[in-house]
Amino acid sequence: MTLDGFENGRTARIVAVDWASLDESEGKRLKALGIDEGVEVAVTRRGVFGTRDPLAVRVGRMTIALRRSHALAIEVEPV
Amino acid sequence: MTRKRIAALVGNPNAGKSALFNALTGARQKIANYPGVTVERKAGRLTLPSGEPLELIDLPGSYSFDAASPDEEVTRKVVHGEFEGEATPEVIVLVVDAANLEQHLVFAQEVLELGRPTVVALNMIDLAERDGLTLDPAALSAALGVPVIPTVAVRGRGLQELTAAIAEAETHAAEDAQWRGHVTLPERRLVAKHMARGATLSASARHTIENGIDRVLLNPWVGPVILFGLLFVIFQAVFAWATPFADALDGAVGAISGWVSGIMPEGFIRDFITEGVLAGVGSVVVFLPQIVILFFFILLMEASGYMARAAFLMDRLMAGVGLSGKSFIPLLSSFACAIPGIMAARSIPDPKDRLTTILVAPLMTCSARLPVYAVIIAAVIPETSVGPGIGLQGLVLFALYLAGIVGALVVALVLRNTLAKGAASGFIMEMPRYQLPRIKDLAIGLWQRAYVFLRRAGTIIFMVTIALWLLLSFPKAEPGESQLDASVAGMVADGLHPVLEPIGFNREMSLALIPAMAAREVAVSALATTYAVDAEDEDLAAEGVTDRIAALWSLPTALAFLAWFVFAPQCISTIAVARRETNGWKWPTFMVVYLFVLAYVFAGLTFWIATALGL
Repeated sequence: MTLDGFENGRTARIVAVDWASLDESEGKRLKALGIDEGVEVAVTRRGVFGTRDPLAVRVGRMTIALRRSHALAIEVEPV
Repeated sequence: MTRKRIAALVGNPNAGKSALFNALTGARQKIANYPGVTVERKAGRLTLPSGEPLELIDLPGSYSFDAASPDEEVTRKVVHGEFEGEATPEVIVLVVDAANLEQHLVFAQEVLELGRPTVVALNMIDLAERDGLTLDPAALSAALGVPVIPTVAVRGRGLQELTAAIAEAETHAAEDAQWRGHVTLPERRLVAKHMARGATLSASARHTIENGIDRVLLNPWVGPVILFGLLFVIFQAVFAWATPFADALDGAVGAISGWVSGIMPEGFIRDFITEGVLAGVGSVVVFLPQIVILFFFILLMEASGYMARAAFLMDRLMAGVGLSGKSFIPLLSSFACAIPGIMAARSIPDPKDRLTTILVAPLMTCSARLPVYAVIIAAVIPETSVGPGIGLQGLVLFALYLAGIVGALVVALVLRNTLAKGAASGFIMEMPRYQLPRIKDLAIGLWQRAYVFLRRAGTIIFMVTIALWLLLSFPKAEPGESQLDASVAGMVADGLHPVLEPIGFNREMSLALIPAMAAREVAVSALATTYAVDAEDEDLAAEGVTDRIAALWSLPTALAFLAWFVFAPQCISTIAVARRETNGWKWPTFMVVYLFVLAYVFAGLTFWIATALGL
């Protein structure tokens, strides 16, 4: 299951990230913000008007915004 | 001669560096740009316990030295001592957010690996406590091998201790390079996790207030409505709140002018002061209250953490034209001034995205247009109410802002599909926690913006106004001839007028456009000076520029002038900044041409349609 399809508010563990599908600098930025294999995250909000884009994702004690295109590259499992 | 000693504030974005910087240096700050790079260099004086001064610089926030955006690159170079024209900082003040240690200690390790004298400010410790965290600074200090000082910038907590630690650190280098071993990111992250855990005495699972606030402000339906409503309130406030202050300033300028007329003998010098300096510069300074109010709201949105939410809400819309929510922040800053807006585009990692943002930034209605809009609106739009709390004048102002926004979105869409074609850009950004903005930080920010505006009024606008006054005043008119017709400026305007006449511009307007190339608001002072010089008698000269426009311009003409200023790239500083940011003349030239074409076409359309409607 990808982060995009994961239920809001539930904690998920990242099992794999398809880094190759992401732009190199974007991958770097996601990593710098703490998105990586083994990290636990939770989707807290989804964007405007039913487009579900972008997503607000809780990583540790921080919230970051990212697009669905990124969330689709993040494979997660429920904790 | 002693070397200037420097300490640098380094840390993740949103660690509270700037608040700490304000608290440590107070009003003793200097803002400049890094040479060749347009990232603000903020420096201030810090007085050490020994009484010696130390220069403190505030660097752009970074997640890593592996720079992904141009502003992070500045931080990396300055800290590594590779930045030309900037001395290597003696002491690094590493600012970490106490409530976000696990994240912030990752970059902290990179900084400590430099092996330089470092002091850690464990900042916003009060917010960590609010989030239910109890921390042990001593344990963190032991783990990091450098002093750790808990601070709360807003209450001045820990500032003395921090200053003392900076003075202490300056005298000796860091103990050893114990950090050099951990080089990979996952390793650093693991170390950070352990250190954060070790420094945390207790962490209750209390829900942060962010979730509750975001539930409303980021609600898919309510959120955009709140954002739009907020923007509307801002523009109404800019008009309504500023009026008493502007009137007071206007009265003061008039009083000074009257006083000068009273004590000085009639002649060249007196005319120069009253018609040139006071009429020109005075008519621009009157808009200080409006600019301060606009910046007040922008600073408030930034300091509270709402700006990032606005970017989140706007991302979808921006994606529709090929940009991202990240472009929203530079574009919103451009409402104050396109120059910081274009500079803020440095935080956009994607080059095509950044170029597009730079090219459309001048379409955002900057504060320099406000004087122009305000004078024309006050002159030709009646001060009636169209609903509870909604004035017609404010509504017209809002429509002008809207026209700029729609123009920017359309141009961005066209550019992203033609000249700046490329893969759709992404949107990744941290959403900072909400904070009550600190009055002192707001005051310092407002003071800096006001100072920059007044400095412009005192330099560029002053010089241009004087030059224009001279051109308007010579050669002297023969008896029976109008001064404007006889002057050099009148002749230049005669040359330009045929080009602008089809879109409804009169000769004074054509004339005002020339000096307005220096800065848009000069258009107002140029009109003021023109009408003051041209006035046949003292009574007319004493009448404000607003009254003259109301008397002399038709409504279609005035509306066409407003439409012109929505688009026209009338600001040399903006063009210069665009050149610097795009490393060449190609894109600024393109920008100037497309904006003038849009200005001409839309001013023309406005004039013709308004005339056809019989307005």
